[in-house]
Amino acid sequence: MTAVGLDLGAARTALSAACGEVADGTPADAVDGVTPALVARPGSTPEVAEVLRAAAAHRLALVPRGRGTKLTWGRPPERADLVVDLSRMDAVFDHAAGDLIVETQAGTTLAEVQRTVAGAGQRLALDETVPGGSIGGTLATNASGPGRVAFGTARDLLIGVTVVRADGVVAKAGGRVVKNVAGYDLGKLVIGSFGTLAVVTEAVFRLHPLPAARSVVAAPFERPEEAQRLVQAVLQAQVVPSAVEVSWRPGGTGTVSVLLEGIEAGVEGRTATTRQLLGDASSAAAELPEGWAAHPWAGLPGRPTALKATFALSGLARVLEAARAAAADAGLDLDLRGSAGAGVLYGALATGAEPAAVARVVERLRAECTAVGGALVVLDAAPEVAAAVDAWGPVPALDLVRRVKERFDPERRLAPGRFVGGL
Amino acid sequence: MSGMHGTETTAGPVEGPVPPEETSATGEAGSNPEAMAAVVRAVEAALPPDSVVSDHIRLRTYECDGLAHYRVTPALVVLPETTEQLAAVVRACSEHGVPFVARGSGTGLSGGALPRADGVLVVTSRMRTIHEVRPEDQRAVVDPGVINLDVTHAASPRGYYYAPDPSSQQICSIGGNLAENSGGAHCLKYGFTTNHVLGAEFVTPQGDVVQLGGMAPDSPGYDLLGAVVGSEGTLGIATRTIVKLTRLPQEVRTVLAGFASTDDAGAATSAIIGAGIVPAAIEMMDALAIEAAEAATKCDYPAGAGAVLVIELDGAAVEVEHEFAEVERICQEHHAFATRVATDPAERALIWKGRKSAFAAVGRISPDYIVQDGVIPRTALPGVLRSIAELSESSGVRVANVFHAGDGNLHPLVLFDDAVEGAAEAAEEVSGAILDLCISHGGSITGEHGVGIDKAAYMPKMFSDEDLDTMQLVRCAFDPDGVANPGKVFPTPRLCGEVPGRKKGAPHPLVAAGKAEAF
Repeated sequence: MTAVGLDLGAARTALSAACGEVADGTPADAVDGVTPALVARPGSTPEVAEVLRAAAAHRLALVPRGRGTKLTWGRPPERADLVVDLSRMDAVFDHAAGDLIVETQAGTTLAEVQRTVAGAGQRLALDETVPGGSIGGTLATNASGPGRVAFGTARDLLIGVTVVRADGVVAKAGGRVVKNVAGYDLGKLVIGSFGTLAVVTEAVFRLHPLPAARSVVAAPFERPEEAQRLVQAVLQAQVVPSAVEVSWRPGGTGTVSVLLEGIEAGVEGRTATTRQLLGDASSAAAELPEGWAAHPWAGLPGRPTALKATFALSGLARVLEAARAAAADAGLDLDLRGSAGAGVLYGALATGAEPAAVARVVERLRAECTAVGGALVVLDAAPEVAAAVDAWGPVPALDLVRRVKERFDPERRLAPGRFVGGL
Repeated sequence: MSGMHGTETTAGPVEGPVPPEETSATGEAGSNPEAMAAVVRAVEAALPPDSVVSDHIRLRTYECDGLAHYRVTPALVVLPETTEQLAAVVRACSEHGVPFVARGSGTGLSGGALPRADGVLVVTSRMRTIHEVRPEDQRAVVDPGVINLDVTHAASPRGYYYAPDPSSQQICSIGGNLAENSGGAHCLKYGFTTNHVLGAEFVTPQGDVVQLGGMAPDSPGYDLLGAVVGSEGTLGIATRTIVKLTRLPQEVRTVLAGFASTDDAGAATSAIIGAGIVPAAIEMMDALAIEAAEAATKCDYPAGAGAVLVIELDGAAVEVEHEFAEVERICQEHHAFATRVATDPAERALIWKGRKSAFAAVGRISPDYIVQDGVIPRTALPGVLRSIAELSESSGVRVANVFHAGDGNLHPLVLFDDAVEGAAEAAEEVSGAILDLCISHGGSITGEHGVGIDKAAYMPKMFSDEDLDTMQLVRCAFDPDGVANPGKVFPTPRLCGEVPGRKKGAPHPLVAAGKAEAF
């Protein structure tokens, strides 16, 4: 989908001068159904800057792409003349093990970063929730997994960032040291911005040591209040969980899973304590279960609807109950899984669900999440479902959000329409 | 540049006007009398009489924050009791183009709350209600003037505490912590204010009240709260704040270890981190800092030590026990000659007493001093400490080192006697050279004290024009009229152009007069 009046031939020439790899967009390059006219694959931050300057000169709307694993998240872009593909920018520049930091390009996969730092017994404490995802895409979508209970999310781990603005200007914020309060923290703004503020090209993260031992204690539950009681028992104890997960398909038996990490003797003792907290039906395993960090829609065929619900920790039972009732009334199967210990649950509704029925689930669950201090976002959905729901729901301080967007991208050329408020 | 006498408790500050080149950052008194008169009328209509201070003598009590070298008498001080009152003040300032500066307890060390002579100082000290402590949500909801330590006091009977612990935590406010993204000794493991503030009611520079973040994480939209925390009051004023509460650890153990040299202590620090241990804190003091602390507090640190480390471990009991054994072994491997272990709160307090009083204690060994705050990668520590020693030797200016060794945050105390001609200038030169060292090692000009007015001139050494321009885009989005704490953080006053496509007016008078750059 390309705006009228663009001279694509001239744009292509300018882009080719900016970076060696420019190709026609194909259906495989489509961003949530929107096929770009062109794809550029710059190999460095200066090349990204050149590409964005050329795009600015030719008024191209563009969508940044890391590994393309989450391009259907958010709303489809209104226009995408150009995809800026960062997959050539796949270097881990520097792993300073003694300083517990890693500096990487944005197109590098999270898995590659983990492999690199694991050699020194370290990890970037971000779970790989979607296999094969890049650092840039992880930041843009603010993806996080079970480990957020102990380590937080990208906002707690990113210490420096390099971005290229819509006008092609390269800017850095933060740095290479963990402790730093000089200047505005631009990294916070680009995390979760879905490519609408700037293109992230490089990032510096703080690292954590890999644990020597781990164990997962799991216990079954039938009812929402039971799940909440078990989760609260663990949170209020002093067992220092790394993750507190809940998975539940309403109507069936759910599971509360607690990840404990540390030295062997310590994990052993805390495992015993956690089993006492979770009751006789609990069990412990030394390995993470398969699909530990995966979303509930992973592996489902077609285009399932992907939901993200957030809530104050004590709102867990209410959200689970609302989800159960909403799905039952709509006649849909809802699979829930997420970091209940952090106030986050993801939900999956199978492909082919009636859009109006999905919309009823969204509305009802959103009302409950909002009532307990959170929100409900439709991360991904088939076009007919997306058309029937409000993906983002109410956005706090939307006027300020718009003002930030206007300053960074006054011509609305960065992923227009993908983010909240139609930005 | 760097501020002298920069602590809460040291001897009298140097009197004197702000150097003339800085008046563009602090405004000129009486420069816009009609606008100020209009603000006074609006404020007096919105706030009770005792919440408005216009008497000159009383105004002078607010002329500086913890960086007492810089002093400016504000045109007006207001002490709102509610968000609505505070917003009314900001709205009046916005309408009449009068700058405002927010102030919590006034303990900041970079002059972030230095008033404007042509502006209003908004003091949050009457907004001190702890609204909610919610262990089941691991959150507390507090007003901006609430004292940091009071949050922990309110939460600890329920098994929780508020983790960020700046050394001024007995008097500094949550609002000030939020503005400065305050750290503390324990941020090595637990992070900074930005990691512990989840939501805030926020007054924009136009006086609108909006909610940023909330009780739940990941609220939709840009993470504006993340940009506001640490923006030093230049984007608006946070009022009712939602903070994260952290579960009290099962076990805490504190070790004091004496070393012959800072090299040994630095190597021990690296070895501890290298062993995969993340202590709650690792603090280092060198011989001169130990001497001062000893003189002030009789903290009984090991005699003859060239450096001491204070190492605190916390968490589950078995892990703490194991890590403690490791730390002891590593310290011995690095030639620690004396170790002392605290297992109860009283012993722990004694070990921390020397460290926490170190800034003030330096007043015992030097009439005047500069508190510096810079950051380097931890592994650069030994080299940078040697360079500081060389600087000190070649200049004849004594430097005492106190710092958060775990995260490479240095607090060199540059000593001088202002009664000696040229001593202050020599000290400032050394202090500036230390910052240059930090920058050349890929570090930062401030780890926790903020840029404020003190280090704005250093920002271009750390960031390019493009970096600063990009930060300015955020500023312009929040505060296009430049009324929120102008003159702080950024070196050159900049004005925000209109967003393209919107109406452009005549050039701003400051631009026309060549006093500011249009942005």
